[in-house]
Amino acid sequence: MKYVYQFMIIAGISFLGELLNQLLPLPVPGSVYGLLILFFCLLTKIIRLDQVEDVGGWLLSIMPICFIAVSASMMTVLKDVLGSLVQIFVIAVVSTLVVMVVTGKMAQFLMERKKDRPSETKQSAAKTRESEADYE
Amino acid sequence: MNEFLAQSTYFGFFLSILVYWFCSLVQKKLPYAIFNPLLWTVVMIVVILSVLHIDYEVYNSSAKYITYLLTPATVCLAIPMYKQIQVLKDNAFALIVSILCGCLACALSIFAMCWCFGLETELYHSLQSKSVTTAIAIGITGELEGSQSITILAVMITGLFGAIVARFVCRIFKITNPVAVGLACGNSAHAIGTSTALTFGEVQGAMSSLAVVVAGVITVVVAPLFAGLL
Repeated sequence: MKYVYQFMIIAGISFLGELLNQLLPLPVPGSVYGLLILFFCLLTKIIRLDQVEDVGGWLLSIMPICFIAVSASMMTVLKDVLGSLVQIFVIAVVSTLVVMVVTGKMAQFLMERKKDRPSETKQSAAKTRESEADYE
Repeated sequence: MNEFLAQSTYFGFFLSILVYWFCSLVQKKLPYAIFNPLLWTVVMIVVILSVLHIDYEVYNSSAKYITYLLTPATVCLAIPMYKQIQVLKDNAFALIVSILCGCLACALSIFAMCWCFGLETELYHSLQSKSVTTAIAIGITGELEGSQSITILAVMITGLFGAIVARFVCRIFKITNPVAVGLACGNSAHAIGTSTALTFGEVQGAMSSLAVVVAGVITVVVAPLFAGLL
């Protein structure tokens, strides 16, 4: 029964998200609405963690498998874009690297600066770490 | 062959899981990033279907039931986010700023490369949304009147590539903070990056989920602004 109940909640929220996707004129998928709904319900304690945790954990662990069929759909569009395949590939790869490095470096820099500020004792360590971040 | 398989309810379903299981075994034996099970599963399935002359539609008529679980799985990304709520609250400013910077860097780098290569406007518009999760990306491309099949292709290349190189890139650029690693994965490689980030740890997974959501929202606003440039 525990799993049925948990699955029911998750299925219900997925359905609600789909409903919002139909009702609101934004290019936001139902799954993202659903994510926000579940997050909000957990925050406000409408849903407790133990009411979704087991089935949720299982779904998260099989998540990569859910991408297989969608990713394989590449083979159907390959023919149409053959002419610009190289450009698409280069742009996708390079911009992915750019975003990854910019986001990661920026987050790390901001967090280290914040962490080091309140504690005076760590100041020397902070300086070396900050100069490292600046250098890169 | 095609007729029989088209009626089968479990062919694509079974094939996907079988190949994924095999690729996971390989990665366990050879734990290198290049043996990413998702990448090799997709490659092997494309090869198998091509060699046996099975249409993608035939495969997908049963494989779609796995895809069907993607929505509830995405919904459940709220769980690691909630468990890490304290990290989220403590670093709200850093999170938002770094995701925003990433999105702007993405839009700019795509613009710069499209301009350098002298690509047509349609292609540029189709690529603008490539770092966000598929469903949002398709929506944005629809708004910008680009080609949705190009968007899907670019989103998939982005996700798979990002998932494979994430660990490597973070090591080279000394991105060690788990929060920063998670944000980098989610912001660059959307939900596929998040499924990888979850294997690094719960904080990484939670931050990656957050980045997917926030980056999606930011890109909905930013992409049309940058689309006008070319």
